Amino acid sequence: MSAHPDTATSPDEGHYNFAYLDEQTKRMIRRAILKGIAVPGYQVPFASREMPMPYGWGTGGVQVTAAILGADDTLKVIDQGSDDTTNAVSIRGFFEKTAGVETTTRTSEASIIQTRHRIPEALLTEDQVLVYQVPIPEPLRFLEPRETETRKMHALAEYGLMHVKLYEDIARNGHIATTYAYPVEVNDRYVMDPSPTPKFDNPKMHEMAALQLFGAGREKRIYAIPPHTKVKSLDFDDHPFEVQKFEKPCGLCGAENVYLDEVILDDKGGRMFVCSDSDHCEDRRSHGHLGEMAADPAASHLASTGEERA
Amino acid sequence: MVAPHAATPSLTAALAPGFADPVHDAQRCFRALMQTMARPGTIQAYANETIAPPTPLSRTLAALALTLIDYDTPIWLDPALAQNPAVAGYLKFHTGAPLAETPGDAAFALIGDPAALMPLSNFNQGTLEYPDRSTTLLMHMQTLDAAAQVTLEGPGIKTSQPFGAAPLQPMFWDQLTANNAQFPRGVDVIFAGATGFATVPRSTRITKTEA
Repeated sequence: MSAHPDTATSPDEGHYNFAYLDEQTKRMIRRAILKGIAVPGYQVPFASREMPMPYGWGTGGVQVTAAILGADDTLKVIDQGSDDTTNAVSIRGFFEKTAGVETTTRTSEASIIQTRHRIPEALLTEDQVLVYQVPIPEPLRFLEPRETETRKMHALAEYGLMHVKLYEDIARNGHIATTYAYPVEVNDRYVMDPSPTPKFDNPKMHEMAALQLFGAGREKRIYAIPPHTKVKSLDFDDHPFEVQKFEKPCGLCGAENVYLDEVILDDKGGRMFVCSDSDHCEDRRSHGHLGEMAADPAASHLASTGEERA
Repeated sequence: MVAPHAATPSLTAALAPGFADPVHDAQRCFRALMQTMARPGTIQAYANETIAPPTPLSRTLAALALTLIDYDTPIWLDPALAQNPAVAGYLKFHTGAPLAETPGDAAFALIGDPAALMPLSNFNQGTLEYPDRSTTLLMHMQTLDAAAQVTLEGPGIKTSQPFGAAPLQPMFWDQLTANNAQFPRGVDVIFAGATGFATVPRSTRITKTEA
């Protein structure tokens, strides 16, 4: 390779095509995305490729992102709401390296947000695309293992089995005990797995302004929810759908009505609850919101000087 | 076949330029298309001045074809496009897509003259098990800002979206209404204008505007 100064830093001049995938693969994924948008909630089969990461690490989401990503996009990647966990950091690094795109941790600045198991707390806009990493796209799979049968059920909109499952939840536990990957009905037609997001996030999918794309790499399925589309969590008249409620606000930023993670602090039962959406939490703290366990801002210089001495 | 040394007009037309930057040009075209597919009836501006498809294939229609089709997708050309063999040659050279024997075998149908469009039922409608196997229509339109002929509602549309395109076959909107009624089966339609495109996927509900 000649080290030409103008091109040496260009990602296009490296060993990979822009965003890793070859153009034929991108075209095939793009066609599947268009079909997914045209038939909201229907799982479009696609020829998923092997990616340089193991199944379960977001190979489906990565392929969808690679197919839609452009040089002028700004990418945000979250894993369980956080920008700084292993999966998020490695996928962000993957696209920085193979596509050379801008990345960000700020929800409002991103044009594409790839997510593992959370929807950001901030409202998404018309100009954003949310890409989900999906492990098991078929909501009926644990009830009916045969693909031929589940395909027939979707074809006939025959979802009695799912209602029986939710009913059995009520019979055993007194309430619908499904807390994540809570099935939804899209556009009054297809029952869909929203990926293992907490059911707390289900109401955000309803009539969302942003386009939502779902990619399952190992299971080779792509599906989509267009903007402003009806998404209803399955329930019963006498057992309406409810989301989790938290007793306390976020310990760091004091946010209420957000999804919280439990953090164990010691082995004496000490714990705190903090925002799962790290960007939302940081944004609130930078605007002066403080939770009861947040450090006193006046003491921050002590911590920094202590680090310098160490 | 023509001899290699004979640079016939159709051969040079087949070798006419496609995307100057295949990676990023295709991505830009696709993103604009994805935006309009997700927001039926809205017009996304798109222009590519570098590609030079043989007539009567328009630049917008050619850009969509180069973005979407390859050797996996049989294509069907309507008589208006098929009359110039250079069109098929151009698409074959740039994409490798095979020509479908009948419209029902096509993954994509390129319609050069929408006013003479055959009934939509001739195209692949997909099956209830595999609705994704239906044909997608790429239509060459003269105008996309015609007076609203229909009001669109459904996924991707907040309340309602007026839409009009010309020229169209007189029964087109009735056929597309019937197309929506058989959801999830049915064709998706992409309208390629001179400076942009719009789509009406099968999920969109259509009400004809009272004239």
